[in-house]
Amino acid sequence: MKLVIAIIQPHRLEDVKKELYKADVNLITVSPVLGHGKQKGVTELYRGAKETGNLLRKVRLEIGVNEDFVEPTVKAIVRGARTGNIGDGKIFVLDMSRCVRIRTGEEGSEAIG
Amino acid sequence: MEAVINSGDTAWVLASTALVMLMTPGLAFFYGGMVRRKNVLGVLMQCFTVLCVLSLQWVLFGYSLSFGPGNSFIGGLSWAGLNGVGLEPYADYSATIPHQAFMIFQAMFAIITPALIIGAFAERMKFSAFLVFIVLWATFVYAPICHMVWAVGGFIRNLGALDFAGGTVVHINAGIAALVMAIVLGKRKGYENKPMPLHNLPFTVLGAALLWFGWFGFNAGSALAANGLAVSAFVVTNTAAAAAGLSWALLEWKFNGSPTMFGTVTGIVAGLVAITPAAGFVNVMGAIVIGLLVSVFCFIAVGVVKPKLGYDDSLDAFGVHGIGGAWGAIATGLFATTTINPAGADGLFYGNAGLVAKQLIAVGITVVYCFVATFIIAKVVDVVMGLRVADKDEAIGLDLTQHHEVAYTVLD
Repeated sequence: MKLVIAIIQPHRLEDVKKELYKADVNLITVSPVLGHGKQKGVTELYRGAKETGNLLRKVRLEIGVNEDFVEPTVKAIVRGARTGNIGDGKIFVLDMSRCVRIRTGEEGSEAIG
Repeated sequence: MEAVINSGDTAWVLASTALVMLMTPGLAFFYGGMVRRKNVLGVLMQCFTVLCVLSLQWVLFGYSLSFGPGNSFIGGLSWAGLNGVGLEPYADYSATIPHQAFMIFQAMFAIITPALIIGAFAERMKFSAFLVFIVLWATFVYAPICHMVWAVGGFIRNLGALDFAGGTVVHINAGIAALVMAIVLGKRKGYENKPMPLHNLPFTVLGAALLWFGWFGFNAGSALAANGLAVSAFVVTNTAAAAAGLSWALLEWKFNGSPTMFGTVTGIVAGLVAITPAAGFVNVMGAIVIGLLVSVFCFIAVGVVKPKLGYDDSLDAFGVHGIGGAWGAIATGLFATTTINPAGADGLFYGNAGLVAKQLIAVGITVVYCFVATFIIAKVVDVVMGLRVADKDEAIGLDLTQHHEVAYTVLD
């Protein structure tokens, strides 16, 4: 089991969701986050004064998957999120030691799906 | 007519002017709540910029072009810089208040009309292009239409068509311009003929409340006197807004399963739009019918026609103001009665079919002129400087890319 975490551009979320549904990945958790990579965020003005290095809005996805679904999930996110510009984001894949479905108490692979 | 200043009339027109001024910030919040959170400052900024820029345009030359002596199509520049527009009454427009009181009351109409169009190009128009567009539009579309409908010697005014508070000048005019802008600009990225998520519905409700409040100045103030006609306009304005808000909620309940807050405030604004041309000519029963039916027409325009035709009028400026304004103008031809306003005319239901024809001609001229002139202005601005922001900027949002500000923080 793996936990796929992706940081993407907020406006790519709808496309990423579409690609994930196509890959038969239907379980997803989304949260708004702030961050920046190499491009060092954006400039903001406060009554005319410049402030640089502000964080950009991003969206973070968390998806728990069985081994068979790792590649399709990663590829779907890349297809949906890529614009070719700086700031498209990152995908992290982590080992996941345990997964429990709260409603039934099921564990492991069955609980993910 | 003997020109003597009446203190009650002057006080009411000044108070009405302040009420109408508040409608533009009200509209800013009405629209601001409807856009995505990355664009809310863009909308607020556009509305307030209209207030700043067109307040100046109006006193410098806008008022002169709209109401000054000229031909039947447009006024001249003899009143530029308010030259000759003083504190004595100008009897042709308002015999009992200072000329400048009439001028500043009309200024607020000239400001809110272009602001209404913002609803059509929200979330994708470049700020610099917006600035140039509104000045050109106020000068070459608003001024001539206003002159034709309201000024002495105006072509539509001479036809005998009735427009009490701006159904053609304000709402049809802004509504058609909105349709043109939605077509010329094209859809927002990611728009697939279904609504984009709105980010703050309570803002929209607050905005609608301010619009309803301000509309008493808009319509009852258009009597230009503290008299019975102002009271009648006030009463029918409130009645039509209430009927339309209720009507929209009931339509949603019947066809979509539940009445919504968004639908109710949309209906209220549609009702206010529709009663605007009729406010000084219809009785309260007429107002109820106008209000109940405007929601039916706008509900169909927004919910059925727009998705089918596929243009992206982001916040339904055409669907509410264009359609609601056209219904109001035609309804004035149906329900107007000289028992309310002896200076008006009787409509179809009071035995005078001719008025409907005059109303239709007035609507037709406004639609055609506004459509063509707005289209030309939009294309010229597009060629010279580009109307739309870059795709990347549209994705990040207008707040950060056009103004380098954000409305909301995520942390703290």
